[in-house]
Amino acid sequence: MILDAKIPPGAIDKKWTDYRFNMKVVNPANKRKHKIIVVGTGLAGASAAASLAELGYNVHAFTFHDSPRRAHSIAAQGGINATKDYPNDGDSVRRLFYDTVKGGDFRAREANVHRLAEISNQIIDHCTALGVPFAREYGGLLDNRSFGGAQVSRTFYARGQTGQQLLLGAYQSLMRQVGAGQVKLHTRLEMLDLVTVDGVARGVIFRNLVTGELERHEADAVILATGGYGRAFYLSTNAAGSNVTAAWRAHKRGALFANPCFTQIHPTCVPVAGEHQSKLTLMSESLRNDGRVWVPRKAGDTRSPDQIPEAERRYFLEEKYPSFGNLVPRDVASRNAKQMCDEGLGVGESGLSVYLDFHDAIERVGEGKIREKYGNLFHMYEKITDENPYQVPMRIYPAVHYTMGGLWVDYNLMSTIPGLHVLGEANFSDHGANRLGASALMQGLADGYFIISQTIGNYLVSNALPKITTEHAAFADAERSVKARLDKLLGAKGGTPPAEFHKRLGKILWDDCGMARNEEGLKHALEEIPKIREEFWRGVSVTGSGQDFNLALEEAGRVADFLEFGELMALDALTRRESCGGHFREESQTSENEALRDDENFCHVAAWEHQGKNIASSALHKEPLTFENVHLTQRSYK
Amino acid sequence: MNFKLRLWRQANGNAKGNFQEVEAQGVSPDMSFLEMLDEVNNDFLREGKDAVAFESDCREGICGTCSLVINGLPHGPDRGTTACQLYMRKFKDGQTITVEPWRAKAFPVIKDLAVDRAAFDEIISVGGFISVKTGSAPDANGLPVPKRDADSAMDAAACIGCGACVAACPNASAMLFVAAKVSHLGHLPQGQPERQRRVVRMVSKMDELGFGNCSNRNECEAACPKEISVEHIARMNRDYGVSALLGTDRDRSEAGA
Ligand SMILES: Cc1cc2nc3c(=O)[nH]c(=O)nc-3n(C[C@H](O)[C@H](O)[C@H](O)COP(=O)(O)OP(=O)(O)OC[C@H]3O[C@@H](n4cnc5c(N)ncnc54)[C@H](O)[C@@H]3O)c2cc1C
Ligand code: FES
Repeated sequence: MILDAKIPPGAIDKKWTDYRFNMKVVNPANKRKHKIIVVGTGLAGASAAASLAELGYNVHAFTFHDSPRRAHSIAAQGGINATKDYPNDGDSVRRLFYDTVKGGDFRAREANVHRLAEISNQIIDHCTALGVPFAREYGGLLDNRSFGGAQVSRTFYARGQTGQQLLLGAYQSLMRQVGAGQVKLHTRLEMLDLVTVDGVARGVIFRNLVTGELERHEADAVILATGGYGRAFYLSTNAAGSNVTAAWRAHKRGALFANPCFTQIHPTCVPVAGEHQSKLTLMSESLRNDGRVWVPRKAGDTRSPDQIPEAERRYFLEEKYPSFGNLVPRDVASRNAKQMCDEGLGVGESGLSVYLDFHDAIERVGEGKIREKYGNLFHMYEKITDENPYQVPMRIYPAVHYTMGGLWVDYNLMSTIPGLHVLGEANFSDHGANRLGASALMQGLADGYFIISQTIGNYLVSNALPKITTEHAAFADAERSVKARLDKLLGAKGGTPPAEFHKRLGKILWDDCGMARNEEGLKHALEEIPKIREEFWRGVSVTGSGQDFNLALEEAGRVADFLEFGELMALDALTRRESCGGHFREESQTSENEALRDDENFCHVAAWEHQGKNIASSALHKEPLTFENVHLTQRSYK
Repeated sequence: MNFKLRLWRQANGNAKGNFQEVEAQGVSPDMSFLEMLDEVNNDFLREGKDAVAFESDCREGICGTCSLVINGLPHGPDRGTTACQLYMRKFKDGQTITVEPWRAKAFPVIKDLAVDRAAFDEIISVGGFISVKTGSAPDANGLPVPKRDADSAMDAAACIGCGACVAACPNASAMLFVAAKVSHLGHLPQGQPERQRRVVRMVSKMDELGFGNCSNRNECEAACPKEISVEHIARMNRDYGVSALLGTDRDRSEAGA
């Protein structure tokens, strides 16, 4: 299979403009006749559904949540990037493009990243017009802050609740279209299979989570905006319901899955407290603007942090990376924190945390200013740990946070299944092997508001789509296989809750496919995961009925998919015998323990094709990456 | 820690419900309330029993999904805190804890502790927005907004749509939820063109959906996990009064600003 990214010809800064000029557009009167299914109503899905409805398409939006406003996007804290250059510090489209390609350790497509940087400003304009209450300065204009991996201040934010406010903006636009009858909203419906007719995506099988009924929906195009798969690790900063199910089912129907091993471990999260823990909580990266990261210089120093004099503290990021300091990219910050703890310098009871200290910032600007910027984060920290971060340094440790990998898409955001488009965190996106902070919100909204609204028209006009109904045999087949699987789950009376299998999978992925990976560990994971999967199907307990609201059934279904997907993740990590960004292969590092890329052999997107048998025999296809505008170099943040 | 739980069980919206008593043993004080319930449910599953339905997602107090009345209080005893951010260290060892769903006509029970809050979405769909088509916005700094107004808008916009205000209100009124949205958008210059139309439409939708009237008991503010102030209700009432006086067709109103 040749993976054609369909990148338009021409200079990098002209591609998107030329593309839009050359693309075919749907006659306004015909838009209504095209039905589009949008699965997922987070930032990417809600913005897509709203903007497609504004254009006049017949949109059906689906979410397993009770409301679009609950999507995991709501939890994003720190901010969203754009190249407005309001602070006059030298930002430009080119700089955001450059930072993103470099930050992703040269494993993203240049053309996509450039388009993202070009669109970034439109997003801020649009969201402001929608009433998103971004932070402002006294003069009434918008404020910015800095984020990791950049030396300019280009992040827009709404206190510590940027994702919430952006999602509410998109949600409100979506609800406006629902009120106007342009979007039919279907809540509490979970996608359990994709329906293809002659190889083209034409519909979806959903389960109504309240009544248990299976529903068939047909369309001219299907959009997945179903979020990332970080919950594969069980413990992550993702919401409890985040899952890989929709993407995985599409993968099993033929959509290639790209770079599944590219996962982001975020450096600043509240450390694990015990076995009972159901999720980890992020402390936004924006805190690294004012907080200083350190550990005691001496291993086993049990003094309380305020008793440790300045000279006996190791500000390891500031010391090692003088020009970026605490604002190095996430992968670098996480790895260094891990290294400190591995060397026995970690703090807290478990020794698995480092300090994030606001003492200096509070002295400098006062507690009030810090409260204004980060009040909700400090509040959250105190709730969880029972410690007051205004008085004692926070303790933080890296945690799984984001997934750069996802379904492979071309420049049009279309997967390898014609008609199936993938947006937001669910696609393999523009972030290469490491995403910069405040760029996921930007990408989700670029995909939803500004890209898919253009590219889908081109698809619809260019392809003759025969009329079909849900009576087509392909729907019956898909529904039958969904039902068989649900029945199997409901028949499982093994006595072990699904969460236990999920935790076991998570532990293996964290140990063997987490912050550092090596051949031996990955082979171990590849042996263990199929065993857990087998035990799951023998030993899981799913009580209750299939005809009503059954959370155990929902959870078991998602865990079953993670148990398959986790294997592909480990396989991808094993196959990529280089380090890049968040994928750190211990066998491939510089003398200073930085990720060492192997451009000769791995300058490509790894896209996996399901082979219908077992996951181990999935076929690997490579999309070569070329860098014509940013010079391939070893990343340095010194 | 050990607790005696009284959990509300109800097969569906039409069934009669009752309390089920269970012991929760060996609970760590560092567990969140929901993690404690997770353990109870895992035990149910081990014993082949039907797990108790309760909803949650973000588990960090921002998505508004969790919705438990704990010992008579929506989201429990800790002020400014959602149930998912409530930690067991806030309870006394050996205590009896009663857990119920939101109770309001407009929020029918789906099962056990899970309710249907689609009515909130419906209220938003009639006016809780600013009508801007994608692509048509001016430069974001083209319209300065005084910091004070932007901050007030953000205070109101912090609402997570959980419905605790409705659950706490003796009349099951949704005034605080509606007022928070009206006030968020009404504080911004972008929100002015639709200001009157918005408030009138949202309030009448709220009435139509079976939420009760506001009798100024302020229970909503006390229960709100984001501590949204009832001042927004007063502000909305002013807007509503002006709109009623002027009719909703007037495009722009300076009143109440
Ligand atoms: C704690 C936290 C903080 C973050 N902070 C930032 C930040 O400051 N800046 C930044 O840029 N990024 C941040 N991120 C990342 C960013 O929030 C996410 O990448 C982004 O919001 C994902 O949006 P999405 O629309 O792709 O998916 P989501 O918001 O996850 O939405 C997924 C949608 O799909 C639906 N869905 C999923 N599966 C199914 C199914 N099978 N059937 C039906 N519906 C389904 C869900 O109901 C939901 O509506 C943060 C992430 C976390 C975890
Ligand atoms: S689960 Fe999200 S607010 Fe409680």
